[in-house]
Amino acid sequence: MSPTLQARDITKVYGHVSALSGADFDVDAGEVVALIGDNGAGKSTLVKILSGTETPTSGEILIDGKPVTITGPLAARQYGIETVYQDLALAPHLNPVQNMYLGREIMRPGIMGRLGFMDKAAMRAGSKQAFDELGATVRNFSGTVGAMSGGQKQAVAVARAAAWGKRVILLDEPTAALGVVQTKGVLDLIRRVRDRGLGVVFISHSMPAVMGVADRVEVMRLGHRVASYRAKDTSMEELVGAMTGAVTQENGS
Amino acid sequence: MTGQTTAPPAEVVPSEEESSGVLARISRIQALQIIGVLAVIIIIFSALKPHSFLTVFNIRGIVQDTSILAVLGVGMTFVIITGGIDLSIGSVLVFSGVVADKSMAAMGTQGWGAAIVGLLVAVGCGLAWGLLNGFFIAKAKVPPLIVTLGSLGAALGLAEVITGGVDLRDIPNVMVNDIGFGNIFWQIPWLAVIAAIIVVIGIVLLHRTRFGLHTYAIGSNPEAGRRSGLNVSGQLIAVYALSGLLAGFAGWLNLAFYQSTTIAGQSTTNLSVIAGVVIGGTSLFGGYGSIFGSIVGLFIPATLQDGFVIIGIQPFWQQVVVGAVLIAAVYVDQQRRAAALRGGRRTMTGNLLHHLASSRQAAPARELPRTPPAS
Repeated sequence: MSPTLQARDITKVYGHVSALSGADFDVDAGEVVALIGDNGAGKSTLVKILSGTETPTSGEILIDGKPVTITGPLAARQYGIETVYQDLALAPHLNPVQNMYLGREIMRPGIMGRLGFMDKAAMRAGSKQAFDELGATVRNFSGTVGAMSGGQKQAVAVARAAAWGKRVILLDEPTAALGVVQTKGVLDLIRRVRDRGLGVVFISHSMPAVMGVADRVEVMRLGHRVASYRAKDTSMEELVGAMTGAVTQENGS
Repeated sequence: MTGQTTAPPAEVVPSEEESSGVLARISRIQALQIIGVLAVIIIIFSALKPHSFLTVFNIRGIVQDTSILAVLGVGMTFVIITGGIDLSIGSVLVFSGVVADKSMAAMGTQGWGAAIVGLLVAVGCGLAWGLLNGFFIAKAKVPPLIVTLGSLGAALGLAEVITGGVDLRDIPNVMVNDIGFGNIFWQIPWLAVIAAIIVVIGIVLLHRTRFGLHTYAIGSNPEAGRRSGLNVSGQLIAVYALSGLLAGFAGWLNLAFYQSTTIAGQSTTNLSVIAGVVIGGTSLFGGYGSIFGSIVGLFIPATLQDGFVIIGIQPFWQQVVVGAVLIAAVYVDQQRRAAALRGGRRTMTGNLLHHLASSRQAAPARELPRTPPAS
């Protein structure tokens, strides 16, 4: 069976700098893939290409084995790919429900909807369901997101992606700014998203987070994949070795 | 690491408030403090000169003086919520009035027909200037301050070119007698009723519709809006177009009220309106504000002006006091927003105790308010 989302031989060149040189990547439905690598290894560039914010210089992206062209973030969303950015991309003055449905508001039926009136009750119910499904600790739907803790903001961003994503969720450093308890909360969210049958890709520098939640670990170095491990068959030492180039593995997976 | 039950550790705020119109409600509460300031001003003047200040005639005058500014304030509130500014409204008002006056003069009649043509022309001129502003701000990425400073000069200059710098006074009688000075009934002026209708429409549009929500969203975090698929440029253009359109409409009302194009009389209108909007609690950094607050904020200078004349103080003091109120209002707003971002609740007293009880463990690092957008 083809992976739900696959990238083949992706290159990305910025001027004279080659950010990706023949990178391969794949993720299956119901699988958590951690993308690790040293700074400048090309992880973020790869995620940006998969999420449609960057276009590759060359290479191929396949969804369920069929080649596709992702022209932008909206196109990626139409393929069921949602992204949680490092800065979360939330509007701090809006509440969680408004953020959840921003750009995808449910309008009231009939003439009122045509006039721009929204069905707030439906959006509130939908948000509540999304947060409950993920066990997110967001209870106050009317306060602004800006007044929430880092973990809650992260929960809103992840829940938004999980609610809209139909295929794959990409997370760029989802735990970088969080404390221990909040990190655990986000990792639990990631597991629940996976258990709902979505593919999850996350970039992380935190080895405990990677080992704790990932099913598979893809190691990038100098713009391409250098190794791919089942998380339960590997160790932190091995991963760090692969990241730094001390250990090499023939093209994995 | 493996526990599947997330012990709900973080702050659980058990209150499930109704989410409907939260922004509206918060803003209203913020505006309540400004109402307090206005009430104090009214009480002082009333106590000093009860028989001349607190009369129907005098209050009618204040309301009438504020009506045109209120129409402009609706558009300005939208603009400032996006994190922008519109300096051009006074000039657009004059330009629209001049072109409308020319059109009505060309018709040569004194009836409603000419007045309505004038209305359409004025609104059309305002809309055109607003679209022009919006295009350069959203598409050409020129900062709003510069674009609207440019159109401030250009619109006024063109108005002077058209008129040779001499005010025009070709306004149909019905406009002056009914719209400008007439009462709809008793002592309720037409001008105030028209302004009130615009204000109510503006409040509904801002606080109840998707258009309003997206206005807040792009002011709060344009990048988040873009990644959520909002048409950020389109929304910005629409907001500046709305401000321009209302400035054009205000130009028509201005003709009715002053029976003149007031070419030289609008040089500080933009600043008066901006001051009113900011006094009313709308944040210059974007993402936050209310039209209701703006209207209250506009009544403060008008009331002071009127009151100082009545109690015999030089009315120039009005500018001094308004300046102080403006700075104080922004200071208070900054303090409150900083407190809110530290984890406090916006609703002041009611939820305070509740909040203290429920969120003691949540002490997130202080987050700074978003810096104003660079462009």
